Amino acid sequence: MSNKETSECTGLICRTWEFLKSPSVRYSLGALLAVGFVAGIIFWGGFNTAMEMTNNEEFCISCHEMEDNVYQEYKDTIHYSNRTGVRATCPDCHVPKEWQHKVVRKIKATNELLHKALGSIDTAEKFEEKRLTLARNVWRTMKATDSRECRNCHNFDSMDFTKQGRRAVALHSTGLEEGKTCIDCHMGIAHRMPDMRDEDPTTALGTN
Amino acid sequence: MIKQLSLAVVLLGAAGLPLQVPAEDVVSLRGHSEITAPDQAPELKHYAKDGQPIERDYVQQPPLIPHKIDGYTIDINANKCLSCHSWKNYKEARATKISQTHFEDRDKHVLANVSARRYFCTQCHVPQVNEQPLVGNTFEPVTGISGQ
Repeated sequence: MSNKETSECTGLICRTWEFLKSPSVRYSLGALLAVGFVAGIIFWGGFNTAMEMTNNEEFCISCHEMEDNVYQEYKDTIHYSNRTGVRATCPDCHVPKEWQHKVVRKIKATNELLHKALGSIDTAEKFEEKRLTLARNVWRTMKATDSRECRNCHNFDSMDFTKQGRRAVALHSTGLEEGKTCIDCHMGIAHRMPDMRDEDPTTALGTN
Repeated sequence: MIKQLSLAVVLLGAAGLPLQVPAEDVVSLRGHSEITAPDQAPELKHYAKDGQPIERDYVQQPPLIPHKIDGYTIDINANKCLSCHSWKNYKEARATKISQTHFEDRDKHVLANVSARRYFCTQCHVPQVNEQPLVGNTFEPVTGISGQ
């Protein structure tokens, strides 16, 4: 806030501030409110529409880092193609549905723009090298949010254990009660697994 | 295909059957069809989702996989099977653990982890489909291990 006297105010920012600070002498309060209301709707609607435009598969794979690596892998999995024809696209799993969490995720995603500019994963080799780090980021987030994005579709309360296989029943009925979350077991279901030698060497090759 | 048919004709001849078998009498496992006719795709078989462990039928038989393994990837980075069947994970996953023999290399040296030659599970272990065999056989499981 400027503490300068009006008489000293010559700069553009200062003059704009003085203009905004002083009460209107020309327009009625009603007109100002009406204009503000309409402008608010347009701004808010526009903001959310613009945010939604960044929230679809075409936008996600518009950079080759996504299209050439993770998208190709995802196309082989059940979340892309399955018997019922319901598809979970990138944002269904990677962007929260609730507004407040969505905005936070979108702000964090600006970091991805930086790495796009830096070319951090612009070759298959670079991507493969970073895969464990990137996967760990997603696993950590999923654990922290109790696999919130999974649960947008896979609601634990809606699961009919009698329709599940015996392995699934055994683990779902105990694991989830013990405070485990989806990602603890269901890793690598939509993308290839990273090199697991550092994560769980008993599930990887080459640690003899 | 032509080669196989003619081989079949020769074999039938050797078995004491008349050499001149009309082509339309030769029935393959796929049923009768013209050689040039497009092949009808067989019905897709679905693996059983889940089941109890399957008894072995002969000594040193690799145990069969009693569940579906769709989308279970085994590559240089990770082995989906071992995420449940490894010695570290089998208790928590309530799975069968892999055999100790899988830690040996070909010179019988015991390694600290699964040997590369035993890493690709589906080379020996396969899931099952409940279907009639295409060719009948009289195989009987060996009594010593069948438990029957």
